[in-house]
Amino acid sequence: MPMQTTSGLFFSLVPFVVFFPVIGLLINIIFGGRMGEKVVGTIASLAAGAAFVASVLLAYSLAMHPETVIVPFAEWIHIGTLQIDWAFRVDTLSVTMMLVVSGVGTLIHIYAIGYMHEDVRFKGDVNRYRRFFVFLNLFIAMMMILVSGDSYMMLFVGWEGVGLCSFLLIGFWYDMDTLGRPSFANANAAKKAFIANRVGDFGFLIAGLIIFWAFGSFQFDAVFARVPEIAAAMPWVIVAVTLLMLVGVAGKSAQIPLFVWLPDAMAGPTPVSALIHAATMVTAGVYLIVRSAPLYSVNHSVQYFVATLGAATALFAATIAAGQYDIKKVLAYSTISQLGFMVAAAGMGAYVAAIFHLVTHAFFKALLFLDAGSVILGMERGHHHLAHVHAEDVHGGHSSEVFDPGDMRNMGGLRKQMPVTYWLYLIGSLALAGIFPLAGFWSKDEILLDASKNYPHVYWMLLIAAFFTAFYMGRQIWMVFFGKPRTAVAEHAEESPRVMTVPLMVLASLSVLGGLLNLATIFGITLPGAHLLTEWLGHTLGEVEPGELDLIVAGVSTVLALLALYFSWLIYARKPIAAGQPDPLKKPLGPIFFGMENKWFIDEAYQFLFINPYRVISKFLADKVDWAFWHDWFHDRVIAGSYIWVSTVLLDQYADQRGIDAFANALGAGTKRLSTIMRVWQNGFVRTYALTVLVGVIAILGYLLLK
Amino acid sequence: MVPVSYYLAISGILFTLGAMGVLIRRNALVIFMSVELMLNAGNLAFVAFARMYNTFSGQLFVFFVMTVAAAEVAVGLALIVAIFRTKNSINVDQMSSLKG
Amino acid sequence: MNLDLIVFLVLALTSVASAIGMLLSRSAIYAALYLVMNFMTVAIFYLLLGAPFIALSQVTVYAGAIMVLFLFVVMLLGTEALAPTSVLPYQRNAALVLGALLVVEIGYWIWRGAMTGLIPLPSSELNSMTSVQAMSKMLFSQYLLPFEVTSVLLLVAMIGAIVLTIKQKGERG
Repeated sequence: MPMQTTSGLFFSLVPFVVFFPVIGLLINIIFGGRMGEKVVGTIASLAAGAAFVASVLLAYSLAMHPETVIVPFAEWIHIGTLQIDWAFRVDTLSVTMMLVVSGVGTLIHIYAIGYMHEDVRFKGDVNRYRRFFVFLNLFIAMMMILVSGDSYMMLFVGWEGVGLCSFLLIGFWYDMDTLGRPSFANANAAKKAFIANRVGDFGFLIAGLIIFWAFGSFQFDAVFARVPEIAAAMPWVIVAVTLLMLVGVAGKSAQIPLFVWLPDAMAGPTPVSALIHAATMVTAGVYLIVRSAPLYSVNHSVQYFVATLGAATALFAATIAAGQYDIKKVLAYSTISQLGFMVAAAGMGAYVAAIFHLVTHAFFKALLFLDAGSVILGMERGHHHLAHVHAEDVHGGHSSEVFDPGDMRNMGGLRKQMPVTYWLYLIGSLALAGIFPLAGFWSKDEILLDASKNYPHVYWMLLIAAFFTAFYMGRQIWMVFFGKPRTAVAEHAEESPRVMTVPLMVLASLSVLGGLLNLATIFGITLPGAHLLTEWLGHTLGEVEPGELDLIVAGVSTVLALLALYFSWLIYARKPIAAGQPDPLKKPLGPIFFGMENKWFIDEAYQFLFINPYRVISKFLADKVDWAFWHDWFHDRVIAGSYIWVSTVLLDQYADQRGIDAFANALGAGTKRLSTIMRVWQNGFVRTYALTVLVGVIAILGYLLLK
Repeated sequence: MVPVSYYLAISGILFTLGAMGVLIRRNALVIFMSVELMLNAGNLAFVAFARMYNTFSGQLFVFFVMTVAAAEVAVGLALIVAIFRTKNSINVDQMSSLKG
Repeated sequence: MNLDLIVFLVLALTSVASAIGMLLSRSAIYAALYLVMNFMTVAIFYLLLGAPFIALSQVTVYAGAIMVLFLFVVMLLGTEALAPTSVLPYQRNAALVLGALLVVEIGYWIWRGAMTGLIPLPSSELNSMTSVQAMSKMLFSQYLLPFEVTSVLLLVAMIGAIVLTIKQKGERG
């Protein structure tokens, strides 16, 4: 055991949180083609699990020695005063993130072994299996680089790396849709995610460059040490950096206005949606704000703006979620909404609450996504079963019939077919809805409490968002698991295997018990073990006031959540919707529901505002500027034309034919003429030659004498 | 004592006579003998100068010239014999196949 | 007129006369014999100039070996009588004019040298024996490399002569 830095502790293990997944992916790249899919999946899961073990050891070390430890690893860029090293930062914040990433990541790896095997598109090709797990391991490694980096540049490396993995995994089935039919929808979704992230990364990169320009370093401690000085001298620098960073956060953590990519990212396999687009990668933005807490804390208008943006996102996305039919789309908008909660908390300066919610959200949202994957696979099994039974009947029209296993309108009554999935989903939903005493209740309550104290408008927006959250989760439960099966497929849905449900059970228990991480003080009684996360993070973020359970705030939100669940029962469960029946909310809400159903036409607005003008401009640039002007006119006429003129007329006819050729020909002709004269002297008589020699001798002698 | 210029004069006269022989005679053997005469004229000048400057280098040069002349005669006469075998003549005017 | 000069003049006359004789004799045999005579006079010149080793070499190598070789070849090839008319009619006149020019130039050069103080030969201080000794020392120290090279040269000349004159199989002659 390497124990150099702090005796008896494991800080020097930190590079392994990155390198265990890298080792796993290398093994799979090199040997994966020859091993079975089970082995590939096991190796990848073991790699992620090893990273988790390393994270646990780091957490243990930090518990013994809470001070931040920086483990230098390698030199990266040394140019003049610019010194960027690959150093690992081990503090309570980064280790918390490592635990979440590797812990949830490992469970999702295990789940994915079963999920990918059953995916209809898998078709027994072990290379696809290997590719998937290589990407997953790469993602874990990149995420670890992101959270463990000791400078904004290393954070940026990880930031870009997870963006790349997100792109690769969203477009994993790049040439087919959910049912294995040829389609480029997934590839397009991947591109959309990548481009939206690129816009955000651009902001982050500029923020990083301004940081280097103003602070002279990328290293966190060096930057934060100079914050008061810079804030006094050049306050606009702080504003510019924090707002540009917020652009990056909006891209990565799917906030207004860059959230549009996240719902489309559900095109990726469900474990990817759970790992990357719910539990870990999208929280990188929250991590960035919390990490940059000293920068954000000095400017209250920026904090106000961030909190408002987060709350607006939370509310906006929650309304959309209530109008969606795809089981994963609902969860995607729910994720955006919950990320809004976290960003709002971080903006308000409630960094512990933000991280707390980040952790609990990782538990229950991963649970919900994976469970949704289980539901979808169950539906697919039913579909498969039916196709077998009615092979003769459906043979003709089968391929043209579009069946979407993720559409909630095709489900119903799955409680009986998939009891384990049902119970797990229920736990996740209640945790998300914020029902006491599940994890979501504690974390959300802490955010609401902070908001109620300082930012009343944020509090109200978040409260409404929380109401919607409970409502759409209730709607989902009723639509998916209760009532009568609305299709024959739903009737024949089957339960998922153990390899998928066991990780879900672990996640479910975490969702139940997650609140214990940071129990608030209840009725003035501080239970032993309460405020664990507050104290833990306090070592990094400075002393934070421990959360207290405010009866009014907690009571209001709980009552509202229960009320929302009741409303959803009234609407969706008391009289279950039948097959083909439109959503019951459609009639009373009219255009409002139409807007919710269609995501408030944000995509269309983007299409109209950015994409169409962009297309027009690019078409103009391509057809007119590039093709007509540069290619046809400038290249073909000006350059090629003048070149042809110069070469054929000037150089060929004048310079070459009349100049060089003429000279060479004249030289040849002159030599010929001269030799015709001189060959007579070459008469072959040796005596004549001797005579000539004597003439030369006499001439030279005469010259020497007369000189 | 005889001045050195006398010897040089004799050397020059002999050299010129040798050159005349090369130019005028058509017999390859006589031409070759004339060449030897020219070499001897040169040797005489060498020895005269050596005497004048009181050094042996000139005499040594003569020694080397003699060895070279011996080699030259051996090869040259062999050439003349070879030419005679093909042309059946030693008239140099009949050997003009290198005419331009 | 001292004795030296008389001897010199007699020798000079003999040597020029024998050279002219070689030049004018119709027969190659006579030409060779005139040349031998010339070589002998030159050998005596060498003696007068205090170079006994060179003089003896002159007699053995030139008058002896080389001229004997000439005579052998002359005997071998026969004394061919050449046609009286030459194919190069102006050759003789041109040669005479050039020869006169050469003589004039050499004479001018000697005359000019004598004017600018070309010293008359000093009386012979050198003992003949010490002359040969000193020369040998020089030959085997300072001129060792050229001396060795001449041996190679003679070897090459020997091989060349053999190769040139050897009768190929089936060659007539």
